[in-house]
Amino acid sequence: MNRRFLPLLVTGGVLVALFIAASSLYEGFSSARVVGNLFTDNAMLAAIAVGMTFVILSGGIDLSVGSVVACTSIIIATLVSQHHWHPLAAITVALVLGTGFGWAQGWLIQTYELPAFLVTLSGLYFARGMAFVVNMESVGISHSFYTGLQEFSLPLGETAVLSSSAMLFLAIFVVGMFVAHCTVFGRNIYALGGSPDSARLMGLPVARTRCAVYAVSGFCAALAGVAATLYTGSGNPAMGVGLELDAIAAVVIGGTLLTGGVGYVAGTLLGVLIFATINSALNFDGRLSSEWLRIAMGTLLLGFILLQRFLTRAPKRGSGK
Amino acid sequence: MNDPLAKVKRWFTGGGLLWPVLSLAALLAFNLIYQPAFFRVVVQDGHLYGTLVDVLNQGSKVMLLALGMTLVIGTGGVDLSVGSVMAITGALAALLVTTTALPFAAVLLLCVLAGAALGAWNGLLVSGLRIQPFVATLILMIVGRGSAMNITHGQTIPFEHSAFVFFGNGHFLGLPFTVTIVALGFAATSLLTRRTAIGLFIEAAGDNETASRFCGAPVRLVKVLVYAFSGICAAVAGLIATSNIKAADPSRVGEFLELDAIAAVIIGGTALTGGRFTLVGSIVGALLIQTLTITMYNLGMPPAITPLPKSVVILLAALLQSPIFRAQVAGLFRRRTAA
Amino acid sequence: MSEVLLSAREITKSFPGVKALADVQIELRRGEIHALLGENGAGKSTLIKIITGVYQRDSGTIQFAGREIHPQSPKDAEACGISTVFQEVNLIPTLSIAENVMLGRLPRRFGFIQWRAARAQARRALARLGLDLDVSRELQSCSIALQQMVAIARALDVKCELLVLDEPTSSLDEQEVAALFTVLRKLRDDGLAILFVSHFLDQIYALTDRMTVLRNGALVGEYQTAALPRIELLGKMLGRTVETPQAAHTATTKSTNAENSLVDARGLGRRGSVGPIHLRIGAGEVVGLAGLLGSGRTETARMLFGIDPHESGELRIGGERTALRTPGEAIRRGFGFCSEDRKVEGIFPHLSVRENLVFAMQASRGPLRRISAAEQAQLAEHYIRALNIKTASAETPIRNLSGGNQQKVLLARWLAMQPKLIILDEPTRGIDVGAKEEIEKLIESLRAKGMAVLFISSELEEVVRVSGRVVVLRDRKQVGELDGDFDESRVLQMIARPPANE
Repeated sequence: MNRRFLPLLVTGGVLVALFIAASSLYEGFSSARVVGNLFTDNAMLAAIAVGMTFVILSGGIDLSVGSVVACTSIIIATLVSQHHWHPLAAITVALVLGTGFGWAQGWLIQTYELPAFLVTLSGLYFARGMAFVVNMESVGISHSFYTGLQEFSLPLGETAVLSSSAMLFLAIFVVGMFVAHCTVFGRNIYALGGSPDSARLMGLPVARTRCAVYAVSGFCAALAGVAATLYTGSGNPAMGVGLELDAIAAVVIGGTLLTGGVGYVAGTLLGVLIFATINSALNFDGRLSSEWLRIAMGTLLLGFILLQRFLTRAPKRGSGK
Repeated sequence: MNDPLAKVKRWFTGGGLLWPVLSLAALLAFNLIYQPAFFRVVVQDGHLYGTLVDVLNQGSKVMLLALGMTLVIGTGGVDLSVGSVMAITGALAALLVTTTALPFAAVLLLCVLAGAALGAWNGLLVSGLRIQPFVATLILMIVGRGSAMNITHGQTIPFEHSAFVFFGNGHFLGLPFTVTIVALGFAATSLLTRRTAIGLFIEAAGDNETASRFCGAPVRLVKVLVYAFSGICAAVAGLIATSNIKAADPSRVGEFLELDAIAAVIIGGTALTGGRFTLVGSIVGALLIQTLTITMYNLGMPPAITPLPKSVVILLAALLQSPIFRAQVAGLFRRRTAA
Repeated sequence: MSEVLLSAREITKSFPGVKALADVQIELRRGEIHALLGENGAGKSTLIKIITGVYQRDSGTIQFAGREIHPQSPKDAEACGISTVFQEVNLIPTLSIAENVMLGRLPRRFGFIQWRAARAQARRALARLGLDLDVSRELQSCSIALQQMVAIARALDVKCELLVLDEPTSSLDEQEVAALFTVLRKLRDDGLAILFVSHFLDQIYALTDRMTVLRNGALVGEYQTAALPRIELLGKMLGRTVETPQAAHTATTKSTNAENSLVDARGLGRRGSVGPIHLRIGAGEVVGLAGLLGSGRTETARMLFGIDPHESGELRIGGERTALRTPGEAIRRGFGFCSEDRKVEGIFPHLSVRENLVFAMQASRGPLRRISAAEQAQLAEHYIRALNIKTASAETPIRNLSGGNQQKVLLARWLAMQPKLIILDEPTRGIDVGAKEEIEKLIESLRAKGMAVLFISSELEEVVRVSGRVVVLRDRKQVGELDGDFDESRVLQMIARPPANE
């Protein structure tokens, strides 16, 4: 019990410490507006990170998500702006395509026993290329429904609002936690990542679960594409480059083991918020340049991996039978 | 045995260099038919110019990275950090040539040492702490680029250093100097791995680490060495990339070249799971990627679309390495022979 | 006599190159604990896997509760009423106890897991075994014994009529075994049929009602446990062919030079593994390690070779006190080790015969002093001819060779080093009779040339035939040593003798 939650506690502690430090350094950092923006600005990363959490929990990796974000965003923008589709129809198409793309990757990994790294690397190139096939340029979205979506928000106190992006952020995490902990599918993912052989012997649907995990990741990436169009009001085939790495970092910092089977969607939430807080603090500061975000994230990543290494060092058992 | 179908099947299932070479040949044949200008080489001021020369010149960075990556993948690992190491060494070199009077040879040596040290750090994480190569090198990938930007304080550093500029842009023996660098790098890597037993140790470590240890082979040392070597390759590639644009641009230099290098190795026929590696294959793989890029460019297709065919080539290369896929295809042939 | 629950007849199963089971039968009754016995390669696990649906039989019939069944998967077998607890606990260590009991049949409402109901059901399942646990605990925080109980609880939670336990006690201490047996007896009295696979004779005699013995993939017989003396059982398991004359001993010049022995282990031990071991091996001597499966033979070999270094006792090599902490150190001392697990610890599957053969020698020379191509080729040719290795060429990947030929390449790997001591752990397992004979001849010729050999085999007959002296292990302890005039029956007696202190 204690050891399981320790990484989560450490992550939480780091987040609180970061937030307190930033609040004391920068005036107005702890305002509701800034906190609200932490969510609004990072809905895209949140969606990807939740999908990535599932993939990593299952013992895999998905490098394609950054490109899928770009591809879905430009598909939506092109359909709405140049083919005059209703945004809801465009979004539905994008989500279906993203899910199908992820499922195909999972199928290849499962059927041909290929390394996930390789298949999703191919997927990364494919989706990026497709994004530019759909449209070479960034496309703005102007549609009354979309503007409505973008402007839709819930008031939070006097100065702050909960934007639609922030709602998406929170909804994704709530659903993600629910799926991970309260559905059979979620538990099968944990079992698959914990021990694929045991999962098979226990009669769990290993093949189906593996395909579905990548489908979920594809869906989440497509959702991130939707979030991106909401946030920027446009689709851009060049966006999201390297986003998968931020997501992987956030997931690992959140305490999920890259070997699979151990971790929490809630931990990923903390990981994403750490990323968001550092990013926001750097914006506040102005003196420190943006590269410090990556340096800080990388250093945290190293720290957490060393922590995991230390915690999971299992007591040695006699080899042989 | 003389049945042509059986022969085709053997080629197909045998692995080796056949497929990468065949693909490259097919691509070149396509160019020969549709745009013969691809093969035109002109001599100007004693230097060769032409698309083929461009392939070699522009492909030099990925070829160099692929050399180091091949050895890393041979041990069953992967090195994501090479792009960031390129950025660091590029920034370091630009800083050194603009702020010190060191001769270029010294700058080169320092950068190579820096690359080796960064690589060795990866190697220590992988073999000492037994962190998965993917994560271990991911750390340096993320931190490295930020650090490179710190070296230059977020600026690009332009320079006019003649030796440094020559490194990536000069001509030697009528060809771009980068071709010489790659040739030297390839020769050195081949000699290092095949004239010594290091190559065998790498393949053994990737093929069966336990057996390798039980035979008393220095598995950990070998791993540290291959990552250090990959760092050296990245350092040299970083200098070329920096020299090409006559400025250190740490935010862009080498970005996502690690993926191209991995792709080149896989396309060349080395399995991501480790074991047998082929340096020639990786060079062919890198040339295939570069030829593909330039062909598409010449056909008037935007360079942004080149990832698309790349993804197909990678997937096919991966499938060819899957025993299950091979068995399926072999079954296909069998059925046709039977019919 | 109670009703027959499962009756498997004429079961045959082949794998590429090996006939794992030939015409085997087994009959299990309700309310009995039935032992399945046999040494390595006897076909126990293949038979279990066929009954539990992991493998499909090539031919034969399985009648279960009066009808013919063809389980296609463990889940399928479970649906029929056959549940299995495998050798290594096949649960998910990172999940909670409750989940491990319930996974695959978690209670749901509207698609959501009813955790409270799940935990309650898991608690009930454990209560049936007399356990009261916090079911939300992570499984890997439990002892192996407890994990075993969880696995049994899981197996019983479905409609289960036959419980198959594959080596359930190999990681348990005595008290844990006693607790497990109490549970199993209770389940038997409830009318369950239990198939109990173990290599611990004491446990077999303490627990089971009847037994089926297999050897080399064939049925030896079915016996009432109480009616079969231990020594006879051992003979049946180990294939002691009484009619074989004990003439093979002619080759073994007895331990001549015990005082200046090459290896002298005094009370060597390693916690949780094996020991204490007293072992002397002289040049030109073959010493055998005998004992049942799980008696600590492999552990002793690994300890001597520095893979799992010894923690207590004293090791002298050539009279000099020393400690071997890595295989590399052992190799520098002139040791060689052919592991029992060829695939996992021996061969480099994708590398050529030549590369596999020269690897140990190359490793000892270091990376920079490469053995020249000509020398490699010559070495390979020499050993291919000398050991009669059947391969298309020296450049063929070793995975294309048969098991026996792979084994010969591995032997050649160490012979090329001209070691002072070679440790052979089950060198003849899983290879055909011809290759077996060749390897035995080879060992004798090595001994004649002055090499020391530590020979491990689960075939007692072979150990006795090949070795000049035999060290006998039981339950990871050394129980004796036989020198001079001995035969299988003396080894058997030593293994079978019940522990003196019980």
